[in-house]
Amino acid sequence: MLKSLQTNWFSNIRGDLLAGIVVALALIPEAIAFSIIAGVDPKIGLYASFCIAVVIAFVGGRPGMISAATGAMALLMVTLVKEHGLQYLLAATLLTGVFQIIAGYLKLGGLMRFVSRSVVTGFVNALAILIFMAQLPELTNVTWHVYAMTAAGLGIIYLFPYVPVVGKVLPSPLVCIIVLTGVAMAVGLDIRTVGDMGELPDTLPIFLWPNVPLNLETLMIILPYSLGLAVVGLLESMMTATIVDDLTDTTSDRNRECKGQGVANIGAGLLGGMAGCAMIGQSIINVKSGGRTRLSTLTAGVFLLIMVLVLDQWLVQIPMAALVAVMIMVSIGTFSWGSIKNLKEHPLSTNIVMVVTVVVVVATHNLAFGVLAGVLLASLFFANKVGHYMAVTSEFDQNTDTRTYKVVGQVFFSSSEKFLEAFDFKEAVDNVVIDLSRAHFWDITAVGALDKAVIKFRREGADVEVLGLNEASATIVDRFGVHDKPDAADGLMGGH
Amino acid sequence: MTDNNRENGPLQVVACIDGSQAALSVCDYAAWASQRMGDPLLLLHVLDEEKYPARTDVSGNIGLGAREHLLNELVELDQQRSKLALKQGHLMLDEAEQRVRADGVDRVNQRQRHDELAGSLVSLEPEARLFVLGLHGEGSNREGAKHVGSQLETVIRSVHRPVLLVPDEYTEPRSAMLAFDGSETAFRSIELLAGTPVFQGMPFHLVMVGQDTDEKRGQMARARDVLAAQKLEVTQAIRQGADVEKTLHEYQTEHDIDLLIMGAYGHSRIRRFLVGSTTTRMLETAKKPLVILR
Repeated sequence: MLKSLQTNWFSNIRGDLLAGIVVALALIPEAIAFSIIAGVDPKIGLYASFCIAVVIAFVGGRPGMISAATGAMALLMVTLVKEHGLQYLLAATLLTGVFQIIAGYLKLGGLMRFVSRSVVTGFVNALAILIFMAQLPELTNVTWHVYAMTAAGLGIIYLFPYVPVVGKVLPSPLVCIIVLTGVAMAVGLDIRTVGDMGELPDTLPIFLWPNVPLNLETLMIILPYSLGLAVVGLLESMMTATIVDDLTDTTSDRNRECKGQGVANIGAGLLGGMAGCAMIGQSIINVKSGGRTRLSTLTAGVFLLIMVLVLDQWLVQIPMAALVAVMIMVSIGTFSWGSIKNLKEHPLSTNIVMVVTVVVVVATHNLAFGVLAGVLLASLFFANKVGHYMAVTSEFDQNTDTRTYKVVGQVFFSSSEKFLEAFDFKEAVDNVVIDLSRAHFWDITAVGALDKAVIKFRREGADVEVLGLNEASATIVDRFGVHDKPDAADGLMGGH
Repeated sequence: MTDNNRENGPLQVVACIDGSQAALSVCDYAAWASQRMGDPLLLLHVLDEEKYPARTDVSGNIGLGAREHLLNELVELDQQRSKLALKQGHLMLDEAEQRVRADGVDRVNQRQRHDELAGSLVSLEPEARLFVLGLHGEGSNREGAKHVGSQLETVIRSVHRPVLLVPDEYTEPRSAMLAFDGSETAFRSIELLAGTPVFQGMPFHLVMVGQDTDEKRGQMARARDVLAAQKLEVTQAIRQGADVEKTLHEYQTEHDIDLLIMGAYGHSRIRRFLVGSTTTRMLETAKKPLVILR
């Protein structure tokens, strides 16, 4: 117990504290920006980020991963906030947490294995595009000052790290915000600032039960949003956990992370924050800055709140252009640029899955729909591919006037038509033998196709004998436990 | 601990080699134990990897393909580090093998594992009869002071085989004593000890600490009978003293005993955290080899 406490919290103190501070500084502009996307006061996102980061540090299943208010979640709330207001958002956040905890207990974290790599890439790219698109309103119908500020901001973010000595010590997004705020205040530019977007936190968050009527009507309003939020939150969290796993060469507890996200969202909802989830970009920044344990996540949350409370007079002065620059950086950093290069090398089906995921998300502004479309499409492509692994050979024995068909491979909904076509029903023979001992029948469609074949042969006047049906259809029985045994694999791979 | 696993090939004496000063003495003691027991010797080096970055970049921005770049960078760093550690480990193992062969052991194996020490010892348990570890770890000699190896407690708590903890210098053990408390666990230890040939032909002391009562005398006699049946030369003593650790050490010095055998960690970690444990204190003050029985 002490040992795990030690490794999970205090094994990398210096790196974690430093990384936590870097992440907190990067989180502030993002939390403000995501609140603005969702259409709520910046304080809602800041409280949420504080609460989620702190809670997940204790209850999450992936040490070193950063969770807070995110763009993916903010995009799902827009309509709810517009039509019903903040209180319903808080209620929806609570319900989201409940769904996520249930998902954790049902061990749905394991379902991530159905989400193929191309869907993950599509999700990430779509997220980047959505974050970028969310910045466009700030860049339309504005004076040239805003464009200049944004361009200067991007310049600072990408070029500052090359400045000797200080470049590696100060987070460049922070430098961008400080410089642009300073310039805007000094010149007295009349451009939009964070203060124009709504209220900032002036106290510690307080415990609040959402002010909504507790009835079925409320439930029906928030239910669809909560479901979407829960799914998207878990998806992004699981994907981020995988990324952090890879980067740090360690493992995470998926189901604990699901429950943790739920608890964190309930906490956020009760403290007046919006729903959030794990953040890919921030988690990468954390790992890059040397954060590895739970301490880094906790530091990020606590330091974020301290900064916000201390700096509240200054935060309102931040020009929106500076935030836009930071968010463009986040969007560029999130986008998987390698996937564009890979379009040439990867098979067409993979590319289609990725592109469809992106298109559906951008069209619906809902990451859950995109993932659903991607997963469905990927499964169809897979079924189609596996369907090719079926062959029927036949030989004729003149002495007994017997035609023997040997079926090898996978027979299921996708290959059953091909299975039927392989039989020559027009041939006039006395006996037909269908040898299935090296075939697998995966579903009822396959059995139906066999029945059809047998009936057709009988109508043509042949006597039909089916060999090895029991072994072949053993796979239909949905007792997955059997397939998990080591020798079951041999049976499936090598025939019977 | 019985020989349940005998069928899976002979059980081995596992010597845990690292870069500390104690490594040579671990080799010698392991060679001694392997010869006394007639078991082959396994030299083990565990690459307990550093999980934390050596270099950090706090620029806090993410550029094009940030994830891929970072992954490549981290993988490369780890690879360099591990390659070096692997090579160093091979050298250490080779040196250790030479040493134990010179000590007269001819059945020697080497093994390297990527894991933490306690974890890899637990996974080796089915093929191990005894683990030999240095009292002072790699970290201790750096600071100059003689601290107990940082992982000893975790190891002792997790493995269920006897552990021989050795000091930095080797002297061949010529006598042994068992710290005996009359408990059922202690009687199981007695049976285990009676079953090995290690203590044949050396004076064996059976020591209890506490009030001299009839109950203790009875337990003592029972233990003695078991040991005497295996023709061990047993001396028994009951010593009074409030401080168990100090009393045992006094007895050890008085009779010039080379090897102290004791059970370990009868209590939970919580209790240890609050009141400390005899075992930990014994580890901290030991100057001669210790056998810890679980």
